[in-house]
Amino acid sequence: MNIPNLIKMANQIGAFFEAMPNHEQAVKDIASHIQRSWDPRMRAALLRHIGDAGDAELSPMVREAFVLVKKAG
Amino acid sequence: MNDIDYGTPAVVADREVTLNIDGVAVSVPAGTTVMRAAVQAGVMIPKLCATDSLEPFGSCRLCLVEIEGRRGYPSSCTTPAEAGMKVRTQSPKLADLRRNVMELYISDHPLDCLTCAANGNCELQTMAGTVGLREVRYGMAGANHFTDVKKDESNPYFTYDPGKCIVCNRCVRACEETQGTFALTISGRGFESRVSAGQSEDFMDSECVSCGACVNACPTATLMEKTVIAKGQAEHSVTTTCAYCGVGCGFKAEMQGSEVVRMVPWKDGRANEGHACVKGRFAWGYATHADRITKPMIRAKISDPWREVSWEEAIAHAAGEFRRIQDKHGRNSIGALVSSRCTNEEDYLVQKLVRAAFGNNNVDTCARVCHSPTGYGLKQTLGESAGTQTFKSVEKADVIMVVGANPTDGHPVFASRMKRRLRAGAKLIVLDPREIDLVKSPHIRADHHLKLRPGTNVAVLTALAHVIVTEGLVNERFIAERCEAQAFADWREFVARPANSPEALEADSGVPAAEVRAAARLYATGGNAAIYYGLGVTEHSQGSTAVIAIANLAMATGNVGREGVGVNPLRGQNNVQGSCDMGSFPHELPGYRHVSDTITRELFEHAWNVSIQPEPGLRIPNMFEAALDGSFRALYCQGEDPVQSDPNTQHVQSALAAMECVVVQDLFLNETAKFAHVFLPGASFLEKDGTFTNAERRISRVRKVMAPLSGKADWEVTMALSNALGYPMHYEHPSQIMDEIARLTPTFAGVSFDKIDRLGSLQWPCNDETPEGTPTMHVDSFVRGKGRFLITQYVPTDEKVTRKFPLLLTTGRVLSQYNVGAQTRRTENVRFYDEDRLEIHPHDAEERGISNGDWVGIQSRAGDTVLRATVTERVQPGVVYTTFHFPESGANVITTDNSDWATNCPEYKVTAVELVHVDQPSEWQLRNAHEDKVQRRLLAGATAK
Repeated sequence: MNIPNLIKMANQIGAFFEAMPNHEQAVKDIASHIQRSWDPRMRAALLRHIGDAGDAELSPMVREAFVLVKKAG
Repeated sequence: MNDIDYGTPAVVADREVTLNIDGVAVSVPAGTTVMRAAVQAGVMIPKLCATDSLEPFGSCRLCLVEIEGRRGYPSSCTTPAEAGMKVRTQSPKLADLRRNVMELYISDHPLDCLTCAANGNCELQTMAGTVGLREVRYGMAGANHFTDVKKDESNPYFTYDPGKCIVCNRCVRACEETQGTFALTISGRGFESRVSAGQSEDFMDSECVSCGACVNACPTATLMEKTVIAKGQAEHSVTTTCAYCGVGCGFKAEMQGSEVVRMVPWKDGRANEGHACVKGRFAWGYATHADRITKPMIRAKISDPWREVSWEEAIAHAAGEFRRIQDKHGRNSIGALVSSRCTNEEDYLVQKLVRAAFGNNNVDTCARVCHSPTGYGLKQTLGESAGTQTFKSVEKADVIMVVGANPTDGHPVFASRMKRRLRAGAKLIVLDPREIDLVKSPHIRADHHLKLRPGTNVAVLTALAHVIVTEGLVNERFIAERCEAQAFADWREFVARPANSPEALEADSGVPAAEVRAAARLYATGGNAAIYYGLGVTEHSQGSTAVIAIANLAMATGNVGREGVGVNPLRGQNNVQGSCDMGSFPHELPGYRHVSDTITRELFEHAWNVSIQPEPGLRIPNMFEAALDGSFRALYCQGEDPVQSDPNTQHVQSALAAMECVVVQDLFLNETAKFAHVFLPGASFLEKDGTFTNAERRISRVRKVMAPLSGKADWEVTMALSNALGYPMHYEHPSQIMDEIARLTPTFAGVSFDKIDRLGSLQWPCNDETPEGTPTMHVDSFVRGKGRFLITQYVPTDEKVTRKFPLLLTTGRVLSQYNVGAQTRRTENVRFYDEDRLEIHPHDAEERGISNGDWVGIQSRAGDTVLRATVTERVQPGVVYTTFHFPESGANVITTDNSDWATNCPEYKVTAVELVHVDQPSEWQLRNAHEDKVQRRLLAGATAK
């Protein structure tokens, strides 16, 4: 999968939830949105990329969210 | 075959009056005319200028009656029924009067009845018979209407013969009252009086929009369909549903055997109430166009010639390829794309095929690229992925806010209804970068046109909310009773921030703050306020956020849950709502239930006898990415043309070229079929049974009027493919598919073909609690319980203007063409619009030395193409606009991969571009034209055999 596109999509999702007042809930919502709308190969590709190259290109909340995505498998 | 004509419109009133007509007592709503009451009593009063789609006019003097206790002979079409009234419709005196009137009419009418196109269906002829006209004493010599008159045949679909006109004004009134275009008038006096289009122009040169309302209203052959002139009158009719836009008009297909003579808008169709537009009314000839492919074809490579094969061979080949690819690359390596142009039953079957036979969730619908943000945004806030109202609801709106929609072009029949309400006094707010027709049209002026910059919907919608909150215009009682308290408190705090004020956002949006404030005050305090929105909302990187912002506005002002208000997405294609309802998304089963929901999954697993994957599949753009990545190798594409309709054409073409097997099921060799290995001929809406669900959740029947040209309806093809894949499907009729949908989908539990046939149409939810459907949603509570406000932070799109790309391109559609144009381009509608044009403001044009009609190169970050320029102030400086109806235009070569954050709906509405004056097509256009020729040659070989 195209990693720059996945990073952009993840950050866009993050940008919506970042405005929410409850940080912890917002992180969960980002993770849930990705979990519920991304094909597993997309999640796996971005997780692989994070594992290989780090998560610097992701916004801080999206990084937190991907910890949850990884846990969920 | 003709419906009963009650002469004057129905009246809704709280009380009834009882009167006596020819000895028959009849009760009618107060305000009903004597003429209509008479028809209800079974008494037909002669008439010519009256028809029940138009307000009474009282000019023909044929409908005179006698009323006990009154002097004279009042016209029954203009006399209201009163309690105790005693009416006589027949007497020697009335008979004399009517005969005399008819005699005058006929003395000025050509007596060519036997060769007249209206013969057998002419009201004048019928009335002459009804009143017993036996002679015309005045002769035919002298001044009259019908000698030396020129017939206007300029319109491709109907003729105007002034010689046959009886000057009843029905056409003029239809153009005004029904359509709202005001293109017609009566010019001249006495024998010189004529129906005149525009400034006494030919119909084609006038403002006429060819809706056909005048033709429908004409009682003679003055305005007559050319198909009727060519073929004669129909001998039977079948009621069906239009296959064009999301209004979903009901039509009577008038037939001679299995040949359509004309399509007449169905008076009892609740979506259209007897009105139509140029597409549904006239542009149906594509169904039998010579370009139709009616034999299955296969080829090994896309550079090979096509080979016509039997259905059995084509289906076996496609199934074999799908299984071969799955065996080699895994079960998730294939998927399907369904269309909002197909029926509910077809969409349901394809997603079932994917989930049950393919064994994955890789199914998506073209709603992905139009209204997927509506599904997401409305589900999150209101609890259901659908609009809240009926179309009729607009008649009770006091304030109408149109956001990113162009109803007069995209949803013309609903636009006529909306315009009628606006002419009656409702206020209008338009949010659009462009001056759409509604902003300024006959007898209509928008009270506020917020001419925002493309990409700033969320900024403006949030600023409107800021004004409502900070100026104390919130409907506190509604919020307290109906909405989640904490979510509302969070939202209120957010929108009240100074950063969300109209003043703070003015620099981004380009909309004067005072105008935003005034519009917000009007929306919040003007009475019933209804929002209608379109793809100008959804097709943005913040499309879902904008839908949420719209729902927030409606909830904040209490404008949900009754007639005249609500949140109304104007769906682009005929079955966008239905294709979404049917589980055509990769994450949802029918009824918008997530595939991860175990209870729902088990329901379907049990019914289908398979196991369903709990993880979402690929969306359309993800499929293309995966194809380029090598993990997605085959696509079954039913009724959709992503090469033309999806953004970044070259990217889509590369993805399709990378696949091992593309199966296209369509009427024509569309752009996507040029990348196909298997072509399965599709069936038009005239060739199959099923249902469409329109923008108001209305499920209407599509009825077969002719046999499928290919021998199979689309649902039969999907079924055959499934059987060949080893997953048995056995339906004998689409009604059985709907029965299965009803068994498995709570919102459809009460839906059946029988019930639709009985009631005409049904709006879901339809179940035990609402057995006859649900016209207005969220009446006492929201579907999700409490309404949920969500914060809508404005995030500017990445598609920014720069020195290299200083203009913003936005896209739309025109009245006469439809979507990718595959249907309308194959009709006479090309005479109204035969190429995509680029609209550019005079200031931007002058800066670049561009004049009207010049060829202009348009370059974006995705690609470049060439279109001809239309210099117009309709667009604002800095913004250019085009349509995407013609494949050779390559409008989507320049749109980018940017998409909505929540749904991946492409951001068609914002592309940064630069323009240059050029004198030849772009490289892509030259290459595409060459490839088009090659593919047509490859097709010619197959069809010649």
